[in-house]
Amino acid sequence: MSALTGTGTLLRFALRRDRVLIPVWVAVNALMVLSMPNSLESLYATPAERARLLDQMDANASFRALIGPVFDDSLGALTAWRVGVFAGLLAAVTSLLVVVRHTRDEEESGRQELIASGAVGRRAPLTAALLGAAVANGVLALLVAVGLAGQGAAGAVAFGLGLAGVGMLFATTAAILAQLTESARSARGLTAAALGAAFVLRAAGDSATDDGSSVLTWLSPLGWLENLRPFAGERWWVLTLFAAAVAAQAAVAYGLAGRRDVGLSFLPTRPGPAAGRLGTAAALAWRLQRGGVLGWSTGFFLAGVVYGGLTEGAADLVGDNERAREIFERMGGRSDLTDAFLAAMIGVLGLIAALYVVSSVLRLHGEETSGRAEPVLANAVGRLRWAAGHLVIAFGGSALIMVLAGLGFAAGYGRQTWPILGGCLVQVPAIWLVGGLAVLLYGTAPRLAQAAWGVAGAILLIGWIGPALDAPRAVLDLSPFGHLPKLPGSGMEWPPVLVLLGGAALLVAVGLTGLRRRDMTSS
Amino acid sequence: MTKAITVSGLHKSFGRTHALDGLDLEVETGEVHGFLGPNGAGKSTAIRVLLGLLRADAGAARVLGLDPWTDAVEAHRRIAYVPGEVTLWRNLSGGEVIDLYGRLRGGLDTARRADLIDRFELDPTKKGRTYSKGNRQKVALVAAFASDADLIVLDEPTSGLDPLMEAVFQRCVEEERDRGRTVLLSSHILSEVEELCDRVSIIRSGRTVETGSLADLRHLTRTSVTAELAGAPDGLTPLPGVHDLDVQGHRVKLQVDTDQLDAVLKALTKSGVRSLTSTPPTLEELFLRHYEESGR
Repeated sequence: MSALTGTGTLLRFALRRDRVLIPVWVAVNALMVLSMPNSLESLYATPAERARLLDQMDANASFRALIGPVFDDSLGALTAWRVGVFAGLLAAVTSLLVVVRHTRDEEESGRQELIASGAVGRRAPLTAALLGAAVANGVLALLVAVGLAGQGAAGAVAFGLGLAGVGMLFATTAAILAQLTESARSARGLTAAALGAAFVLRAAGDSATDDGSSVLTWLSPLGWLENLRPFAGERWWVLTLFAAAVAAQAAVAYGLAGRRDVGLSFLPTRPGPAAGRLGTAAALAWRLQRGGVLGWSTGFFLAGVVYGGLTEGAADLVGDNERAREIFERMGGRSDLTDAFLAAMIGVLGLIAALYVVSSVLRLHGEETSGRAEPVLANAVGRLRWAAGHLVIAFGGSALIMVLAGLGFAAGYGRQTWPILGGCLVQVPAIWLVGGLAVLLYGTAPRLAQAAWGVAGAILLIGWIGPALDAPRAVLDLSPFGHLPKLPGSGMEWPPVLVLLGGAALLVAVGLTGLRRRDMTSS
Repeated sequence: MTKAITVSGLHKSFGRTHALDGLDLEVETGEVHGFLGPNGAGKSTAIRVLLGLLRADAGAARVLGLDPWTDAVEAHRRIAYVPGEVTLWRNLSGGEVIDLYGRLRGGLDTARRADLIDRFELDPTKKGRTYSKGNRQKVALVAAFASDADLIVLDEPTSGLDPLMEAVFQRCVEEERDRGRTVLLSSHILSEVEELCDRVSIIRSGRTVETGSLADLRHLTRTSVTAELAGAPDGLTPLPGVHDLDVQGHRVKLQVDTDQLDAVLKALTKSGVRSLTSTPPTLEELFLRHYEESGR
């Protein structure tokens, strides 16, 4: 039996388990990339408009930090510039999820033990996980290369391969970290931190130079992607950097994997206290969710600072372009362009906060289905009190992160603190309505609880892409965010806000009534 | 003596599966009551109804004189529960979980907590994700035995314990009985039940099929008899309660319902007995008989 025996079986098994995860992530990523030439063409129709965009990007360091430098005014080059960083991030996240899911996750749950005891080589599970990521990235590269071929075959192939390169690079990073950590959550977190570091390095480098030549940019795999220069005189040799890094990291991961016992790791868990101070269901909920609240708070504050800092430049940039201005006005309201930009960006953060509220509400579902809720509820804790602990964090937390985003905006922009805070707070009723929907699903139909993610995703799509596609009013109205007044800029309108608040309260009440009456599901 | 648990005609279905189909159960205050049945018989479902986690479709249940569904919180103040599959929070230590459960119920005897951690050889500083199955069960057992609950509900609590810890567990249950607590013990380990339980209830397909003290139940089982006779055996076949009769010359093997033993012996002595072995019934046979019937 060789070290790779069983890899094929494990790979087929992994792909079967990922038959939803991989297609969805890859399809979203490919759609984002492939829809870009059309929307860019409608935004910047003439060569003169594109040339002006290039000049502005050269001059605007904060935009370069966010998206990267532009190398050419062709539609292909603009597409690679506009979505390159985000598509790279998405490919990396997809890859790290796939790899950790089939390595450390399996070991942590104990399932690996059963598999390892079969006719399975020592290196087979890791190989199957990496091959699974390779399939995802390969399909993405193929879709991008074929879909963008109209903009130039060489550039399309280079861009596709570059995205796959970023994906595989972080797949192997995840493979190493999955050997080092004892829990899948830490493996995912550390890989995401590495990805964040890559983003920050590239952003710092790109804000310093306008041609990607900074050392900092070259230190980041995301910087390699832009320096591959798809559609702008491809530098094919950059692909060898990806290949070399992937090979080196894979070698390290295999070396570590061969040197340790199944289920164990190189970074063992530290012991905890022998006695605890937790004494209420609410304290337990806070203990379980505080890490998430802290992460979202930091992220929202920083995002506010970044967008706030971009505000002035953005108003200038958009002001020159009639169609871009229209889109911002659809998102942010028909007012002063700075206010419209602020309102649009605040709206985007509001949509993302809806994801927070869903994830936080569904912690209840996770606690219940894992069997951890059962012994808690077998103590003198009523279901409502148990649920309330989590819901306070979900609903209070979403208001908190919006306030922090507002403070960030105000700090980055330096003016209009109160109107901006008002704009952030006015998002809260719509966020709560989504949260209320999650409570309703969880309380009355726990098997459908995960559908709350689908609802939040659909609302995100409507709010994010709807205005750019000039979607009909009826579609935009499906989202609770579509009914909010566009603040700052427009006047405050209380009726929609109050209706949303009432709706959220009603949904929570019905959901909790359902929870009180139904059976608790067991694991 | 008051009843700690009374259940009559309990029904519970999940879709088309009838998990409980008219279950009856009575547990006296202060007794250790064994709750037995094959996998899927409905033991865990019954326990979850008694804890108010599931709502019964029909039938009546009282726990400590309270309705388990409407008075759940009130009842839970006096109940400690150990599930069969203990899942812990990955980043909370065992000690934190023990204290959390204790406080959520409304108190914990710290001296007994320390004593139990010592006896079960549990490391309370380890995080939830690093405990083995047996150690996760110990966390829940320590929390339950260190509580001052009146009723302790144990759902197959020892499936992950080694024999040494199994012995510690049995001593803990005996101590609880000596302190006047009521224990409902769902178990598959017959020696454990024989050792600990005052009375047992056997359920099958969601119904109670036997209930009573161990002596009562033994009476319902068969004794196996092997005899070497002086002459050919005679008159055994028509006797009531004789099973698996096997005659080879002067040698006889049979099973007899314990309450019919007398008649069989009289029939044997008529032919003259040279040697006789009689094996008393074991609980195991009783259970196997019930478990096998459920398989049919």
